Amino acid sequence: MMRASQLVVCEHCDAVHERRDLGPRGRALCVRCGAELYRGGHRDLHTMLALTLASLIVFVIANVYPIITLELQGVASRSTLWGAIRATWDTGVGPVAVLAALTVFFFPLAQIVLFGYVLAELLRGRAPRGFIDIMHALRLMRPWSMVEVFMLGTLVSVVKIAGLASVTPQIGIFAFGVLTILLTTINSFDLRLLWEAREHLAAGGAAAGASA
Amino acid sequence: MRIRTAAGLGLLPCDACGLVCRALPPGAPALCCPRCEAPLHRRKPDSVRRTWAFLIAAMLLYIPANALPIMQTATLIYDENDTILGGVRVLWRGGSWDLAIIVFVASICVPLLKMVALVVLLVTSRRHSTWRQTGRARLYRLVEFVGQWSMLDVFVVALLVALVNFQSVAEVRAGPGLIAFGAVVVLTMLASMSFDPRLIWDEPEPPKCP
Repeated sequence: MMRASQLVVCEHCDAVHERRDLGPRGRALCVRCGAELYRGGHRDLHTMLALTLASLIVFVIANVYPIITLELQGVASRSTLWGAIRATWDTGVGPVAVLAALTVFFFPLAQIVLFGYVLAELLRGRAPRGFIDIMHALRLMRPWSMVEVFMLGTLVSVVKIAGLASVTPQIGIFAFGVLTILLTTINSFDLRLLWEAREHLAAGGAAAGASA
Repeated sequence: MRIRTAAGLGLLPCDACGLVCRALPPGAPALCCPRCEAPLHRRKPDSVRRTWAFLIAAMLLYIPANALPIMQTATLIYDENDTILGGVRVLWRGGSWDLAIIVFVASICVPLLKMVALVVLLVTSRRHSTWRQTGRARLYRLVEFVGQWSMLDVFVVALLVALVNFQSVAEVRAGPGLIAFGAVVVLTMLASMSFDPRLIWDEPEPPKCP
């Protein structure tokens, strides 16, 4: 099969476009259906790696510290994310607890770790191991990583309880807020850039091997 | 302005990594993307059938998701079983009308919108209709974007269950409706992921000569 570089095909309507250079804030839209094709001015890999490391730290903080504290008639109650998942499991709606654990804990964590690994290896000029499988996993996990929805959920539940007991926000809730922003940035990174970076690496390696 | 399609030019873009390859003639066996090893398809395989399957399952489960309670509150004074709509009413009466609207939109409007939109997309693409194709393309993008937000109520209940655990004074438990509701969210997301939006634009194949 021949490869056609410099061509971009709209995922939503099959229309073929020629790739053009865009300014830092440019967005290319499909001429037929209006879907976004690609953006200009992507953050470089170093910045993304820094953001990914930051996300890992924030993720740990968000899960170790409780989200909020409740106080009712002198008795205090507090919970972390994992505590909420365990409590949901204990109530008897097991599948829901599994769904929450996957979408707010496992998938975001996997995204952070795998993305960080690929970036680190590419920046060191090495081919990441299991690159293809990792890239497919990253792509598939994107729609199932729901930290932003969880963030809104904590706000709604805080308001719901506020009438019943006195509520104090804890470090966890602020950490989740920061994590939401960081993960949104990570998830909007165009994965195709990583495929191209890997290709450049392979091309560079082949050239070096040929000249050696 | 003439639009050139990949299919018309004999090109095959990879869904997974975006690489554009030249397609082999229709008789040749299906191949994989040289860069990312994902199978290459002109259109998502069995898109219409899979989308209908997920959609019908979601519509069936939507009934218990709304009819059964998703949250059970027990205090010293009363026992309350809340369905999704009941929870919205509690928020509204309690004065947080903005949150009531958010929960109403996320848990009732959004799943309904997704189901209706997908039915419209499926029916119009089966008939190869050219009615408002750009509008339908935008509708699909909206469905894709909005998909996760219906999970809102699931997280709200999970947190309340964990926090309101004062056995003697007040206790919140999750209700059976929550499992059905979680399933509806997952199924509608799977349905919209199965639908190939390129079907909106595909023209019917010309009839073959006998």
